[in-house]
Amino acid sequence: MIVDPTADDRLDRAFAALSDPVRRRIIARLSRGQATVNELAEPFEITKQAVSKHIQVLEQAELVTRTRDAQRRPVHLNAARLEAMTAWIDRYRLVHEQQFRRLDAVLETIDGADGGATRGKEEK
Amino acid sequence: MTNALNVTVPEGLPFIEFDREFDAPVEAVFRAHKEPDLVKQWLGPAGYDMDIDSYDFRTGGRFRFVQRNNEGEEYAFNGVYHVVRDNEFAIQTFEFEGFPDVVSIESLTFEDLGDGRSRVRGHATYPSMEARDGMVSSGMESGMSEGYERLDKVLTSL
Repeated sequence: MIVDPTADDRLDRAFAALSDPVRRRIIARLSRGQATVNELAEPFEITKQAVSKHIQVLEQAELVTRTRDAQRRPVHLNAARLEAMTAWIDRYRLVHEQQFRRLDAVLETIDGADGGATRGKEEK
Repeated sequence: MTNALNVTVPEGLPFIEFDREFDAPVEAVFRAHKEPDLVKQWLGPAGYDMDIDSYDFRTGGRFRFVQRNNEGEEYAFNGVYHVVRDNEFAIQTFEFEGFPDVVSIESLTFEDLGDGRSRVRGHATYPSMEARDGMVSSGMESGMSEGYERLDKVLTSL
């Protein structure tokens, strides 16, 4: 029952892109501000080409974007995409929160009607 | 004042955990999970009516229910109760029929906190990370279309 299958595919791609530790570190670095490929490659002991590949994967997953800034072409974080990824957790939380508030209300009626403890065990 | 819901979604493990306290004795909370007439009143997303085919909350029992909204959308769920100990503990399976064969195993622990208060702790294990993320997100999405905005309003006003 996926309402928007495209949205779901995109989410899959984003999760897959973040399954790699190097790419997660790149995202973490970009959360502090834009950076060039050279800057992003610095902390890693892998080639600049390999870092470029990782950035491409992130780009395809729409987690980052690159702009034309003369020769620099800095990489930017696409914060909206990251938020969409965490949104399902928030949704889970909201649904359950709402559900438990209704349970609170049900529990009040049980208390009022006297005897959760006594009436609760009758059947079986 | 509402009691806070804590949700933990660990990275790299197909689990979801939550805990929530209630201003009611553990016996009442257990009853609200056991008796279909009470369950109907709170389980599931807002804006959906719960139609219960079977609901036998005891060891070896099973359940199946369908949630329907005004637009005629239907979502069916089923599972079995592996173990149910009154006022203490339950383990059940849970299957969304929109994703057949993707079954999670869920445990509920009911705790007496004294002074007429109690806590419920839940733990769900999914067959894979994809199942956890995919099933939960799509299930929630379909369930929530209209309820959300209302809820958001309520939540921001708190």
